[in-house]
Amino acid sequence: MQEWANQLCENRQFGSKMTDSKYFTTTKKGEIFELKAELNSDKKEKKKEAVKKVIASMTVGKDVSALFPDVVNCMQTDNLELKKLVYLYLMNYAKSQPDMAIMAVNTFVKDCEDPNPLIRALAVRTMGCIRVDKITEYLCEPLRKCLKDEDPYVRKTAAVCVAKLHDINAQLVEDQGFLDTLKDLISDSNPMVVANAVAALSEIAESHPNSNLLDLNPQTINKLLTALNECTEWGQIFILDCLANYTPRDDRESQSICERVTPRLSHANSAVVLSAVKVLMKFMEMLPKDLDYYGTLLKKLAPPLVTLLSAEPELQYVALRNINLIVQRRPEILKHEMKVFFVKYNDPIYVKLEKLDIMIRLASQANIAQVLAELKEYATEVDVDFVRKAVRAIGRCAIKVEQSAERCVSTLLDLIQTKVNYVVQEAIVVIKDIFRKYPNKYESVIATLCENLDSLDEPEARAAMIWIVGEYAERIDNADELLESFLEGFHDESTQVQLQLLTAIVKLFLKKPTETQELVQQVLSLATQDSDNPDLRDRGYIYWRLLSTDPVAAKEVVLAEKPLISEETDLIEPTLLEELICHIGTLASVYHKPPSAFVEGSRGVQHKRLAGSSGSGESVESPDTGSAAGVSEAPPAVIPSQGDLLGDLLNLDLTPTTTGPPPPASTGMQMGAMDLLGGGLDSLMGDESEPPPIPLRTDTPQSPQLPHQSPSPPDYSPTELGGDLGGSPAMGAPFGAPPATMPASFNAPVSGGLDDLFDLAGGVGMPMGAYNPPKTLWLPAMKAKGLEISGTFVRRAGVIQMEMTLNNKAMSVMSDFAIQFNRNSFGLAPAGPLQILTPLSPNQSIEAALPLSTVGPVMKMEPLNNLQVAVKNNIDVFYFSCQYPISMLFVEDGKMERQVFLATWKDIPNDNESQFQIKDCHLNSDAASNKLQGSNIFTIAKRTVEGQDMLYQSMKLTNGIWVLAELRVQMGNPNYTISLKCRAPEVSQCVFQNYEMVLKN
Amino acid sequence: MIHSLFLINASGDIFLEKHWKSVVSRSVCDYFFEAQERATEPENVPPVIPTPHHYLISVLRHRIYFVAVIQSEVPPLFVIEFLHRVVDTFQDYFGVCTEAAIKDNVVVVYELLEEMLDNGFPLATESNILKELIKPPTILRTMVNTITGSTNVGEQLPTGQLSVVPWRRTGVKYTNNEAYFDVVEEIDAIIDKSGSTITAEIQGVIDACVKLTGMPDLTLSFMNPRLLDDVSFHPCVRFKRWEAERILSFIPPDGNFRLLSYHVSSQNLVAIPVYVKHNITFREGSSQGRFDLTLGPKQTMGKSVESVLVSSQLPRGVLNANLNPSQGTYTFDPVTKMLSWEVGKINPQKLPSLKGTMSLQAGASKPDENPTINIQLKIQQMAISGLKVNRLDMYGEKYKPFKGIKYMTKAGKFQVRT
Repeated sequence: MQEWANQLCENRQFGSKMTDSKYFTTTKKGEIFELKAELNSDKKEKKKEAVKKVIASMTVGKDVSALFPDVVNCMQTDNLELKKLVYLYLMNYAKSQPDMAIMAVNTFVKDCEDPNPLIRALAVRTMGCIRVDKITEYLCEPLRKCLKDEDPYVRKTAAVCVAKLHDINAQLVEDQGFLDTLKDLISDSNPMVVANAVAALSEIAESHPNSNLLDLNPQTINKLLTALNECTEWGQIFILDCLANYTPRDDRESQSICERVTPRLSHANSAVVLSAVKVLMKFMEMLPKDLDYYGTLLKKLAPPLVTLLSAEPELQYVALRNINLIVQRRPEILKHEMKVFFVKYNDPIYVKLEKLDIMIRLASQANIAQVLAELKEYATEVDVDFVRKAVRAIGRCAIKVEQSAERCVSTLLDLIQTKVNYVVQEAIVVIKDIFRKYPNKYESVIATLCENLDSLDEPEARAAMIWIVGEYAERIDNADELLESFLEGFHDESTQVQLQLLTAIVKLFLKKPTETQELVQQVLSLATQDSDNPDLRDRGYIYWRLLSTDPVAAKEVVLAEKPLISEETDLIEPTLLEELICHIGTLASVYHKPPSAFVEGSRGVQHKRLAGSSGSGESVESPDTGSAAGVSEAPPAVIPSQGDLLGDLLNLDLTPTTTGPPPPASTGMQMGAMDLLGGGLDSLMGDESEPPPIPLRTDTPQSPQLPHQSPSPPDYSPTELGGDLGGSPAMGAPFGAPPATMPASFNAPVSGGLDDLFDLAGGVGMPMGAYNPPKTLWLPAMKAKGLEISGTFVRRAGVIQMEMTLNNKAMSVMSDFAIQFNRNSFGLAPAGPLQILTPLSPNQSIEAALPLSTVGPVMKMEPLNNLQVAVKNNIDVFYFSCQYPISMLFVEDGKMERQVFLATWKDIPNDNESQFQIKDCHLNSDAASNKLQGSNIFTIAKRTVEGQDMLYQSMKLTNGIWVLAELRVQMGNPNYTISLKCRAPEVSQCVFQNYEMVLKN
Repeated sequence: MIHSLFLINASGDIFLEKHWKSVVSRSVCDYFFEAQERATEPENVPPVIPTPHHYLISVLRHRIYFVAVIQSEVPPLFVIEFLHRVVDTFQDYFGVCTEAAIKDNVVVVYELLEEMLDNGFPLATESNILKELIKPPTILRTMVNTITGSTNVGEQLPTGQLSVVPWRRTGVKYTNNEAYFDVVEEIDAIIDKSGSTITAEIQGVIDACVKLTGMPDLTLSFMNPRLLDDVSFHPCVRFKRWEAERILSFIPPDGNFRLLSYHVSSQNLVAIPVYVKHNITFREGSSQGRFDLTLGPKQTMGKSVESVLVSSQLPRGVLNANLNPSQGTYTFDPVTKMLSWEVGKINPQKLPSLKGTMSLQAGASKPDENPTINIQLKIQQMAISGLKVNRLDMYGEKYKPFKGIKYMTKAGKFQVRT
């Protein structure tokens, strides 16, 4: 028995010696020397052991390159394991010893002829991995043979080898015609070969954006779909990703592809599932929504997505990031699956945070009670980051689901009662947002909030609390004391808090002027004299000036009604979302950034868009997505995206949520001026709730629609600007937001103070002048007893003028001219009498300019831009009608803010969209844009897709109707396509005519 | 595609690297270490980490980080799936997947990695094929190899590599032909304070061990296939047949494999096998807390609940716990604050309980967080969803195989909030 045990022991020792760890033990000096000797040993076995030792050293990062010739010498062997080991070594070190590597070539070439396909494949595979230029030349012939090898195993290995070779020497691959051979392999009889050929081509195509390598047509698609069923799981991923790049010809083809891809949703490999989801999400875009199959498909998508969430946490994370996109695009898919996103306490934090985000996206009236109960539960967890996010989520729910607001507020109050410091602070930040969204509803909780004033130590929470105190100063008895207490350490506060404090005290002063004069003076002097921060100083000065010039105006400005904040919380911009949907399952989808942002691999990534009927779901692509690399994700912030003017101003600081795009080139020049105004004006307009404007940040994606922004003729006087400024908030009206009241008296005091600012804008970015049509004959002399009138309409400096030439072709003198308009579509009416003072002698003509207003009586005309005019003189009354170009009615502040544009475009029903062709126009898009801008048609964004420029433009009519346009200009094609969207679709025809007129002249 | 792979152990050492394209310096892992440092727990390291020129995609298994380096746009799920496959393969080959096992078998590891990926494209990941190419090391084989000088690398092209059924090798022979199927279900559930179910779902799998000669063609049918509306199949299952007849028809791989996994969603009524009565309280101003926990069977269809393990992360303020279990043993780790109680089997007549006190730091305030109770359990001979196999038939071969089906229910992520 004892003996047996001993033996066992020995055996075990022996056994442990047999493991590879023994290769690590030789760490003595002269190790390389020893190995060299062993490698050159005559004994096969010793050789192999030595190579193993070398490999083991290599794996731990030891430099064993000195042994190169000795190892290569071992290569010629019929022992497959030894051969493989040597190959492993070669791949690692060939690059550092290129000359030596040549020694190996002969063996490779010989092995490529070996009767054993395994050896042939191994040789061609390894050769491709040796990244030495000289070797690649020798590789071509064997590779060509292997690509046509009778054995599919060799062919599929060779296909990958082409991609390797391409990576080393792209030109060589093209010259040798390997790409064509590779394309032929897509039609190979063996599915594995097809899959590898697709994978190789996809990889090569990444560096060749326009090479058309994967020229997908219905035949190849069919081959791919066939191979899809039979190849390995990895092959399926390659094929599905490739399929996703195809654009089906019609909905029937789309449906048939979907039908054949759907079984992949049941695959055990989650990457296959997600790639299949991508294909389906993209192609279902083309299916008519009323199709039965469409509904079936939607139903089929939910279970596999849910299943992904039961996989390993890493897989869950990627799945959740993608589900986040999917629920934004098609919330209906997962609307009943809220529960799977409930957080388990031992989920990794990255999974928890993602689940939380999706929970809010799925929150609706139906499930809000459940969601809130969960969120409250999370708020008592241990992890601080997670708790904070959960509290924020409660606030987002309140804003998203109106019915739940009350419950959310009471939940937040409960949480404040816990007195856990960071919970209280987060709660106060979100309650501020709730106040903004539902004013005059929950202010009763202010007292509770004030109790926690002392515990706030984070700038954001302090700023939020100060905002609340300032905003509701009249309801808080000791508001002055509270604010004063903050003032003591003014210089130690962050800028955010300082700005907020300044504004809050000014508000307090305007509400309770008698008791707080001292306080306001103190804060103004702190802000203007003792601070180095330009934003703070500027805001301080502006308040100061406002207060000293006209306190009434100040009151109306500072305490102006604020727009409600929107429920559309941190949604991804629709175009980016569309692009990301096309890239489901990729890194882009994990980072929610456009694929072009991925530096190394993006040389040739083209923007993808969802298919679907043109103009239906899609909207403007901001011109920025191409350069958003490296921008970190912005924290979720409650921001109004359906803003009106004030909203935009208020959010100047907050808006760059998704990406930080550079300004479109055309507006680049205006930025300097804009920032000054952005900083100054947002405070003027009562921006209390937001963080301070960042000085001189020229990447602000939206330009506020202030009149100085729009190109204005040089003679635009400050007074007029003031007038426009006062009036402009009203343009928010079409969007359903209440127009913020701006005091009429605003002009006087402000325009003086802002003179210099406007001057800055004066010389900025002047486009070409407006196109004014030549005069046409309106009233022939025959019809008017000798009076001939020809005329045209022009818009100058925001004033519409009717310019006429009156020609007396009669024999007698004409005098006593007067003019009147019939009621017309846009209420055009003479703004004054027709100024023809001297009588008109026979054969004399006179020019007259009649300024028009747009406040006259309105009646719809046919055509819309028809104007019936009556002219009277001493002889008789004459009637004529003429048509004015609708651009006369385009106001100077018709540049819509980009986000508003997106929202509006989506908001206007598709039925209101009309499409026109403009033929024979030879301008490029920039020239066209410039030209149109002269007529107050503003280009908001430009984007180039496959050689086609898309201009997104907006214009606003004098009566507040907005017209949105998408102009497509194809390089080298004189025909433009224009899509117009407007809430009043009747105007589209006129607008189109106007486009045609402007572009062709 | 996948550029390189680094294996990093818990103490942050890179103990293996493998490059499929050009060599990427291991300094790229510094970004990973940074992220690791930021993460409070090892499992909180984000799976995708961007660096200026690469992306690092990692999985954590067996306390080893498998970090893949990629340079261009690659589906991250593909990488993660592949990494998990690597781990599975190692486990399959070496029995365990530990740093020691990998170091012991470093050459085999290298050979495997080389075989699994070519230029970053997956080559052979099916365990059947790999085992034909590279034989798993056994003590016996290593000894034999050493003595005879033969190798553990297959010389022939694996037959499955290119056939229509790549998962099965040809020429399989057994003297005893047998096919076993295990239906294993795990309940994931969150139970709230009051004992009502917030969410409960079932993750089920059917794992098979098939040792049949030749090319058998199997069909498996269920009594209640309607339960299976969300399924993922092994590639061998003929999807069309399932769609049409709800019958699993397949030529099985040789040996162990997962035939299908399924998911019974929270929208179905999921039976909860146990209930927990708990009373964990702390009083303001007292340095003692009460702990009182009782377990009982709920919906178990008459089967007994076994191997019950209760664990809970007690609040940080708890210094120690002085408890009294009615059965089994408990441990409390004062450092991690992890309480675990090995209950064993639940006897419906005499319910297991754990009662006693917890001591808090003197003068510390009442803990804010409520501990969550985690439960593990097993129920033999029952699939909690009610799934039942109807029959298993074999076609294509003449012999009569021995067939067996086993059911088991386990708790997955089964959490009770207090």
